[in-house]
Amino acid sequence: MIPLSGDLGDTKGVIKEKIGSFGITRGTSTLKRGFAHMLKNGVVMDVTTVEQAQIAEEAGAVAVMVLDKLPSDVRKAGGVARTASIRIIQEIMDSVTIPVMAKCRIGHVYEAMVLQETNVDMIDESEVLTPADENRHIWKWDFTSPFVNGARNLGEALRRIEEGAAMIRTKGEPGTGNVAEAVIHIKNVNTELRRIKSIYDAGDEQDLISVAREFKVSYSIVEETASLGRLPVVNFAAGGISTPADAAYLMTLGCDGVFVGSGIFKADDAKERAQAIVLATTFWEDPDKVKEAQKMIDERQSMLGLDTKNLELRMQERGSTA
Amino acid sequence: MSGINIGVLAVQGDVTENIMATKMAIEELGLDGIVTEVKTPEQISDLDGLVIPGGESTVIGTLSLVNGSLKKIKEKIASGMPVFGICAGMIMLSKKAKDRVVGEMDQPLLDFLDVKIERNAFGRQKDSFESEISMDKIGIKKFQGVFIRAPSIIETGKDVEVLSKFNEKIIAVKQGNIIGTSFHPELTGDLSLHKYFVSLIKAKH
Repeated sequence: MIPLSGDLGDTKGVIKEKIGSFGITRGTSTLKRGFAHMLKNGVVMDVTTVEQAQIAEEAGAVAVMVLDKLPSDVRKAGGVARTASIRIIQEIMDSVTIPVMAKCRIGHVYEAMVLQETNVDMIDESEVLTPADENRHIWKWDFTSPFVNGARNLGEALRRIEEGAAMIRTKGEPGTGNVAEAVIHIKNVNTELRRIKSIYDAGDEQDLISVAREFKVSYSIVEETASLGRLPVVNFAAGGISTPADAAYLMTLGCDGVFVGSGIFKADDAKERAQAIVLATTFWEDPDKVKEAQKMIDERQSMLGLDTKNLELRMQERGSTA
Repeated sequence: MSGINIGVLAVQGDVTENIMATKMAIEELGLDGIVTEVKTPEQISDLDGLVIPGGESTVIGTLSLVNGSLKKIKEKIASGMPVFGICAGMIMLSKKAKDRVVGEMDQPLLDFLDVKIERNAFGRQKDSFESEISMDKIGIKKFQGVFIRAPSIIETGKDVEVLSKFNEKIIAVKQGNIIGTSFHPELTGDLSLHKYFVSLIKAKH
């Protein structure tokens, strides 16, 4: 069974219909969160073309994320980054059998509506694109399609889940080829989970209420998350993953899977690297297999990457206080 | 005789939910047994029964081919080991699969369950749904079907018994000791199908 803490149940996104003589329900939390559960232990790859999507599928990607530009190019280009061309999303949906996701701007309700109408399998309300409303994220309960959101810490993750996110990923620092920030974010979440679990185990309700105030979320989601000792939804790592060892390391920190953005298709050995990152994510518990995966790539072909300390644009800060 | 040993193929997908459901099924039946994640051919060779969980069939197939698990699972099924394939797991067990949009697929399959599958038969994620279904033939009158980008069965061989249909589409089948479902019992909290599978293993043990 999947935990449903923070579930709002009967919302606009839940649709009751009939197929033949069968009454059916779409858009429930079980279906949205369940979809994310089917991605576990997998790699979601950022792609910009049909050809890249097919390389990703053949390499064993569990889903693809369609963008107009890879995050590192978004960073270089500047200007306003928006959702990808619908025509390209549709072409990719028609050419691969795995799920297809796409990004919309933070708070941009209508970009998300357009993606839902396009029938993408999951919508990423993403800090890689230029936010439309940093103070108010999309109220995701109004949608039948599931959403994934980024988070840098537990409070941010729970705020997104309360808004209806069916899946969480670390933000990391997108488009840098540098995994450092993703590592910090997942460790933040883990540390805070341990903290609230110990408060819960001690039965200190007063302290749990102060955690809820600090996180700016309801008491009930804090209580349920604390009792579970993990996020109530699937949690992936994202941001700066470039090598098989990067992916395997994040799996050891308790992530359910990984998103790889620029790391694959900004490298000169994309095909081998895509396969190698999948292998390392699947067999992360076996260092010998991860070594074999790491051997499949050439470090001289990795994207050069950026130091995350002196960046002009820190995408991870977008929408993080709301 | 020692307890039964059931594995959940842990290559990719919702492994933990199936481990939980199978453990609880064993407990409710009052049986002695263990349930573990299995990934390698060595772990698979000791099993009395195997659950292939939901996930992406292309990923599970490709990766279990890489480390030799696919071959080992084939040997075990050939020797009569009961196996339960859920959604992607049922696709893995089948002889043939095509995708509703993309068409004929060339993906690694176990080639046992004599059916042809249509992947994503009910549409994409937005079309995923829950509905009450039944499997009268195995004594399950009411069951909450959770269909997530679910496949359906479009052709069946003569040894395949149809357990359930949804609006004329076949969604659950049995062939000897092989069970396949389009929907996800492990997400519902209803243990009846996992209990039925455990009792098949027990009978064989």
